Amino acid sequence: MLTVATGNKAVALAVKQAKPVVIAAYPITPQTEIVEQIAEYVSSGELPARYIAVESEHSAMAACIGASVTGVRTFTATSSHGLLYMHEMTNWAAGARLPIVMANVNRALGPGWNIWAEHTDAMQERDTGWLQVYVASVQEAYDATLMAFRIAEDNDILLPVMINLDGFLLSHIMQPLDAVEPNDFIPPLHLPHAIDTKNPAGYGTLTGPEDYFKFRWDIERSMRDSMKVIAATEDEFSRRFGRTYGFTEDYLCEDADVIVVSMGTLGREAEVAVDHLRNEGVKAGSMRLRWFRPFPDLDLRGREVVVIDRDYSFGFGGVLAKSIQAKNRIDVFSVIAGLGGQEVTYDDIAGFVKNRRMGTEFWFGVTGNV
Amino acid sequence: MPEIPKEEFILKCTSACAGCSASLSLRYVLKAAGPDTVLVVPACCTSVIQGIYPNTAMNVPVYNVAFATAAASASGMSSAFRALGKKTNVIVYAGDGGTLDIGIQALSGAFERGTDFLYICYDNEAYGNTGMQRSGGTPLGAKTTTTPAGKTDVKKDIDAIIAAHEPPYQATACAAYPQDLFKKVQKALSIRGPTFIHVLAPCPPGWRYSTEKSVEIGKLAVKSGIWVLYEREYGNLTITAPSKAAIKKPVPLEDYLAPQGRFKGIDPKTLGILKQRVAKNLQRLAQEEAGVC
Ligand code: SF4
Repeated sequence: MLTVATGNKAVALAVKQAKPVVIAAYPITPQTEIVEQIAEYVSSGELPARYIAVESEHSAMAACIGASVTGVRTFTATSSHGLLYMHEMTNWAAGARLPIVMANVNRALGPGWNIWAEHTDAMQERDTGWLQVYVASVQEAYDATLMAFRIAEDNDILLPVMINLDGFLLSHIMQPLDAVEPNDFIPPLHLPHAIDTKNPAGYGTLTGPEDYFKFRWDIERSMRDSMKVIAATEDEFSRRFGRTYGFTEDYLCEDADVIVVSMGTLGREAEVAVDHLRNEGVKAGSMRLRWFRPFPDLDLRGREVVVIDRDYSFGFGGVLAKSIQAKNRIDVFSVIAGLGGQEVTYDDIAGFVKNRRMGTEFWFGVTGNV
Repeated sequence: MPEIPKEEFILKCTSACAGCSASLSLRYVLKAAGPDTVLVVPACCTSVIQGIYPNTAMNVPVYNVAFATAAASASGMSSAFRALGKKTNVIVYAGDGGTLDIGIQALSGAFERGTDFLYICYDNEAYGNTGMQRSGGTPLGAKTTTTPAGKTDVKKDIDAIIAAHEPPYQATACAAYPQDLFKKVQKALSIRGPTFIHVLAPCPPGWRYSTEKSVEIGKLAVKSGIWVLYEREYGNLTITAPSKAAIKKPVPLEDYLAPQGRFKGIDPKTLGILKQRVAKNLQRLAQEEAGVC
């Protein structure tokens, strides 16, 4: 079915089609439309689920955890401070191996109050054991949400999945949306450790030094396995519904001398920048990283690399740039741009490429720096 | 007298302190609830007394959750069970810290939403699990490790806060009266919606008395009127028998305080305030029962 939708509405539609049994959520700008739309689906009977209107994000994740451990499908959505408020429980969800799916509408952190796009909120969740995908279009937000349930609930994974979409730039932008009939693409959830009062067990009990690390290792093992599961799920999605994704979306990378790596909507802007650069004779390409956890190996050998971070780790650097540097053992030109919704056009990105200085960091818009 | 089942849901070898009345209460709670029950436990003594993975001393599923989230987690769990058409009892068993202090936001939310669950606060009047720091439940004048000179604030009235949410059922109980607790748990579980039982749980190391005295101290709490046993069903208050007697003729508060090291050296002024508050509370509840509000 072809329609138009905002990123938020596309996520809500995919959630409806995945048929969660419990949704617990708290509204926060710019995520609000997702939870409002789901509440609407539930109240109209289109989605036969329980919608728990909780008193905080901390409770939203706790309620999802309580519901998920009974073996039912759960969903929540949040953004920015909501995600940070949830942080204790996002760790709990992953540690308890619960396949909760959450949309996070990326937004900057206060102070000063800023409701516009930035990835620092999700970056602060990167060590929790959640899988993280970053999307760049309304269609992708929808497709990734459907796939998230499938991936999270795979019995080799059983880890929560976070779909990240840029605040306003994607959450509130209308684009065409081709909705599918997922049918058996998302099979019924089978949670091997679901609570069963006929077979009582302790959950989350005190765990000593001789056992705790085994549970941690198990999360890492599933993270590694998730590479295969993500690839297989995306393959099947592409066979059934005709749209192909991957760990990265590569644009004119094959013969490129310089590659721009970014995440989210900046990746779309980078593709336009690449077209312009090619017209000017610069052999540029764009690589948009989709999955940040698990973090894939990127094929960047022999090229110069410009990384744009819409996030920052103070006293350290752009998280994406540093991750690529560490994992690929290469020098990059690290650009910090787009914080708090700062406008970054394709012209600006073309400028980053033309003025690149490998091995340095550049804060876009800040004068007298680097 | 209710018929109390022989079946045990707490197995031998918990790591509770000797004389722990929180564990004694839990034993009766689970006997009243039966096997189709999930216990939701935030950080508190009960999260420790189950024992260490891979063993557990509990014979019902116990879901351990983060300190602030017991009511919210139970809310999600209860919603899921009801959506699946299951009647499984969802019981939060939380200490006073997880209830009166850090967990109160989630507690209030779950009651406002009409969550179908039973929330039990076992109140040992301090953070027992971390070594007896003061909590919102610590009474005026009691010494804890963070109120070494005695607490200067009064005990938070969580029952009045819960009452303001107008739940269909709420009650108080005391570990020293297990049959009363048993009956109240059964009644709470027979009612749909959020129900609350506040259990006073004397704690030998925290209250600094010798381990064999838990039941005696609990009885003195009720007889002196510092702890009042009652039920409030759909807003109607009924004071439970032992407290009725205490309203007529309470034993001196000193009889309750004297055996406890935590009140040792309490100054006369504080004692006076404590006595006044006890008398006022007894009068308030008696009036509420009589319909004079
Ligand atoms: S500290 Fe008190 S409540 Fe905690 S286990 Fe020991 S006796 Fe029981």
